Amino acid sequence: MTNSIEELEKDAKCIFVIGSNTTENHPVIGMKIKKNVLYRGAKLIVADPRRIDLAEMADVYMAHLPGTDVALINGMMNVIINEGLVDKEFIDNCTEGYEAMAEVVAKYTPEYVEKITTVPAEDIRKAARIYAESEAAVICYAMGVTQHSTGTDNVKSICNLAMLTGNIGRPGTGVDPLRGQNNVQGSCDMGGLPVTYPGYQAVTNEAVRAKFEAAWGVPLPPNNGLTLTETINKAHEGQIKALVVIGENPMMSDPDLHHVEEALEKLDFLVVQDIFLTETARYADVVLPGVTFAEKDGTFTNTERRVQRVRKAIDPIDGAKPDWQIICELATRMGYPMHYNSPEEIFEEMKALTPSYAGMSYARLEGRGLQWPCPSADHPGTPFLHKDGKFTRGKGLFSAIEFKEPRELPDEEYPLILTTGRNLYHYHTGTMTRRSVALDKHVPEAELEINPHLAAKMGIRDGEKVRLSTRRGSVEIKAKITDILAENVVFTTFHFHEAAVNWLTNADSLDPVAKIPEYKVCAARIDKI
Amino acid sequence: MGKEMRIVLRNADKIDPNSIDDYIKAGGYRALEKARGMERKALIEEVKKANLRGRGGAGFNAGMKWSFVPPAEVTYVVCNLDEGEPGTYKDRTIVQKDPHTLLEGMAICAHAINSKKGFIYCRGEYPYVVEHLNRAIDQARKKGVLGDFDIEVRMGGGAYVCGEETALIESIEGHRGEPRFKPPFPGVAGLWNRPTVVNNVETFANLPEIINRGYEWFASIGAPSYPGTKVLTLSGDVVNRVAIEVPTNTTIREVIYDFGGGIRDGKKFKAVQIGGTSGGFIPESLLDTPIDFDSMRDIGATLGTGAVFVMDETRDIVDIVTRIAKFFEHESCGKCNPCREGTFRNFKIMTKINRGMAAAQDIENMTLLCKVMQKACLCGLGQAAPGPIVTTLQHFRHEYERKLLA
Amino acid sequence: MVTLTVNGRQIKAPRGSTILEACRLNGIEIPTLCYDPDLRLAGSCRMCLVEAKGRPLFLASCVAPAEDGMVIETESPDIVEARRIVLELLAARHDFSCQTCEKNGDCKFQDYCYRYGVKDSRFTDGGRHVYPIDDPNPFIERDYNKCIMCTRCVRACEEITVARAINVKDRGHNAKIATAFDGHLADSPCVFCGQCIMVCPVGALTSKVSAGKGRAYEVDRVLTTCTYCGTGCTLELNVKDNQVVGVTSNRSEEYSPVNKGALCVKGRFGWDFINSPDRLTTPLIKENGEFREASWDEALDLVAARLQAIKESSGPDSMAVFTSARMTNEENYLAQKFARAVLGTNNVDHCARL
Repeated sequence: MTNSIEELEKDAKCIFVIGSNTTENHPVIGMKIKKNVLYRGAKLIVADPRRIDLAEMADVYMAHLPGTDVALINGMMNVIINEGLVDKEFIDNCTEGYEAMAEVVAKYTPEYVEKITTVPAEDIRKAARIYAESEAAVICYAMGVTQHSTGTDNVKSICNLAMLTGNIGRPGTGVDPLRGQNNVQGSCDMGGLPVTYPGYQAVTNEAVRAKFEAAWGVPLPPNNGLTLTETINKAHEGQIKALVVIGENPMMSDPDLHHVEEALEKLDFLVVQDIFLTETARYADVVLPGVTFAEKDGTFTNTERRVQRVRKAIDPIDGAKPDWQIICELATRMGYPMHYNSPEEIFEEMKALTPSYAGMSYARLEGRGLQWPCPSADHPGTPFLHKDGKFTRGKGLFSAIEFKEPRELPDEEYPLILTTGRNLYHYHTGTMTRRSVALDKHVPEAELEINPHLAAKMGIRDGEKVRLSTRRGSVEIKAKITDILAENVVFTTFHFHEAAVNWLTNADSLDPVAKIPEYKVCAARIDKI
Repeated sequence: MGKEMRIVLRNADKIDPNSIDDYIKAGGYRALEKARGMERKALIEEVKKANLRGRGGAGFNAGMKWSFVPPAEVTYVVCNLDEGEPGTYKDRTIVQKDPHTLLEGMAICAHAINSKKGFIYCRGEYPYVVEHLNRAIDQARKKGVLGDFDIEVRMGGGAYVCGEETALIESIEGHRGEPRFKPPFPGVAGLWNRPTVVNNVETFANLPEIINRGYEWFASIGAPSYPGTKVLTLSGDVVNRVAIEVPTNTTIREVIYDFGGGIRDGKKFKAVQIGGTSGGFIPESLLDTPIDFDSMRDIGATLGTGAVFVMDETRDIVDIVTRIAKFFEHESCGKCNPCREGTFRNFKIMTKINRGMAAAQDIENMTLLCKVMQKACLCGLGQAAPGPIVTTLQHFRHEYERKLLA
Repeated sequence: MVTLTVNGRQIKAPRGSTILEACRLNGIEIPTLCYDPDLRLAGSCRMCLVEAKGRPLFLASCVAPAEDGMVIETESPDIVEARRIVLELLAARHDFSCQTCEKNGDCKFQDYCYRYGVKDSRFTDGGRHVYPIDDPNPFIERDYNKCIMCTRCVRACEEITVARAINVKDRGHNAKIATAFDGHLADSPCVFCGQCIMVCPVGALTSKVSAGKGRAYEVDRVLTTCTYCGTGCTLELNVKDNQVVGVTSNRSEEYSPVNKGALCVKGRFGWDFINSPDRLTTPLIKENGEFREASWDEALDLVAARLQAIKESSGPDSMAVFTSARMTNEENYLAQKFARAVLGTNNVDHCARL
């Protein structure tokens, strides 16, 4: 997030939620948005193929077809430009590339966009005006925007919209991706990425590499590594021979599980470190028992870049070890001695190499934590980025983006769009929530949301099992009839191994830049059983 | 022999209440015109000096109430027509016989506090009054006499507590009818948190004549500390069960015997309860008290809404008070602890006494409970609910003791 | 600032304070049940009554403004008498099953009954409601036989979670907290965040997941960060005998900067996986397609040897590490360091995109 969670409750005058079912996936942030809208008068715009909870209180709700985000946002920008609602001063002083962008956007009239997205032109106009005319407007988005073959384009479009109206660099404005997992921000910050060391320092940058080589005392590889999805593909091709999986569950979370399964089976050696014998761990050669967040010290970095303490509440259960200790022991056994007395010592080493964390310490993290960048010990942290329109690269760059259709479109055989996500009561691959008795009792199985008209046509009753199929395969799943989605769209979650929807999703359809799979759109069909 | 004096009912039965022209012919809406020619401050001062005190029960100086309204963009005038006190029908009578005098009074107030919008909160049991009022408002709108001030009628759902001004406001806002704590008073933060004047029908209905005739005229009528007239509604064991309007220095005895025609069927007087269900019970010995607000308070009774409920010698005081306790148990909104549980316990204990199952300790417990409720409850309902118990224990204790277990 | 006299002592407080705030600021404790600094004021429990010289009525100190020159008594005989009556009225409707109550020792009603010596109620003529305890949801136990009608749950549901699942139904003594049509929570807009449990001052609303596992005075509360979504809510793990037995939350902005005590259903009720019997408690090595238990030394030696061998035979880039968005920063740092410095590859990634 460029801005802070608190600002969504206190400072934002308009909140545009696109591709985020906030009240289910970030419930506490959802509460704050609702508070602002209901009790402080903020305007709310919601764009989502499903009429989610927030849509019920929105000033404008746009049910765009999955995969048409670029068109929708271009349409809003078209209105803003044509009606003179742009922030000219911000564009002139803080950005570049406006002309090229405006040229592309010119053809995206609301009427044209209506044909692509199914959103009425008038709603696009209304949304554009509310967003552009607001004193402080923020855009919140999540996987509904990113999990597309055009995910990067979608995000760039969102940035275009924010820059066009100068809604960046002030409290209550900004572009706020809501990160889905407790420490996904931290994992990225810490260099859990194939192209960067901690603090987003490029592995290909020689000066940076020299710094890490000096600190770690070994020569380091100069080339970019493989992303997770590429790794699976390379394993499938036999080029990746050994895989160390720590606390991940690709056999549930990755697209096209047939493909993942074959890849894992082809590996010479798979080691999985986890708290449970996950779907992935079953394929391992060696399984190492780690511990939960309750059993270790450390820090997590949340979606607003706030680094907060994790504190050990209980000793590790008998037989398990904190993951940091396991890694140390493994490295030491491989001839690279790693010895730390505590996570705090690791933190100290990390921060010396990571400018955005350099000013932090466990002592300073007590209480409220700190939001990076926090470059020095007397720096108070940074609640919002791009203050006064200053961007990392100097000026904000508009991108001229054309709408592209999703990779796999419905056809006669597979006439529906399958889109996937999460629900309030479960988390990701269900490893933890399926083993939390109350959560699993309350929502024990996957449901496929089906529009009542479609259900009526096919003679499907609420609660009956249907077969959901794509070109990759099929699962049996309980039907839930609901009018929150369109007749040609079906939705389910990926939490349940009994009906793991990722057997059906598409591993070939990746965003070319981010390599993110297109979970939000694939062609599907349902059949009565 | 006491005499009626009609201010708020001056047009009653003389004009056609469905005709605004009749009202105007009788001098209607002249006061509003006059008021609109006055500086706001001067208008408020006029009402203040007239010493017009609230006719709904609390007896607060209306002009004073208006003067607390701070300058604000949006203010509201709210008329309390939630006439829920058993035995009270004065507001309905006023509105049925002369609706425009209320509208004119509200419009005068609106000018004083610079309000563009008024609400009349009408008792849910009076649907025909709502129709009647809407007709009158429609006529006034068409005539343009209200200017840029508009009035909307809202209907209650039958809860007694909504006669309390803050509960009434909650109800207009669409919430559960529960009183708010004060301060802030509605004058500062009322309807939708805006400055709001809430007055009773009878209070508003006095305004046209005060403006027409001047404050000195009004202030000289009746009791000096509570000048003007009061509409009283007589019920119970009295010969004439009627609504009357009398100067406020009229005594209770005059009300019952001169206007009410005395006790029915030649029986003897036992007690009278004035001001509604929560009013104190008054014995024979205090009948020469004038009905004005302060004199009534001094004898531990209330003027309240002006309901006069007369009981003859055959009436069982404990039985009556038990029924009253049942009423409050039913009408407590349940928001504050002492009222929610206290009205329930009072009813329980009164029932026990009434059935001859109680001991002296029960009366002691109830006495203590009543004492706490009067000072501890959140709103007037709970504070006043013990009144009948306390006053009957004071004046008719023997009737309780007669029913106790030996 | 305003100056007022409380119990014979002069105190000062910022203008605009309530009497309660002024007193608490000066170390004078006044009992409260419905008061909650994070919620809209109700002024309804009447526990915080005080006497102000010259005022005919008692003042609810939580809502009454502190005015210059006020002379206040907070524990005068009349006030104590009124509080006792209020407590006795509540006692007459309260189910005193303290011995088996989850909130024993952490119950404001219990504390105040103790403080004012209320052992029993003089209002004993029946009328206690007997409400069934039958909401089948797996999260929140609703026992309205213990409810004291402070409405903090209603306000928390409306103002913190904005679910508006519950409100007061009926009037007077029959008033009760209920969903629309007095049904089960699952049939209401309830999202089972448990904010109502957080604010309930008595044992009317408690966690079913923690039931019977430890009272407040038996547990240590360890402040930590939630392990689910990326919001980063602060929560308190309740620990008894080296076991997590529940989750509560800290409502101070200083310790709970993101959520100020608010949690969602996963954070508040989804902690018992920690104690799941499915937890891995020993390394496993696969032989002939079957896992067998192994010692740490054996397992780690095997992993180290196999990785070393593959590194030598196929090169560092034939290996990859998936690190985890669920692990700590420190562990992620080590995992990527392990990939880069030990294995010698930049093939390290995690499920950021999934």
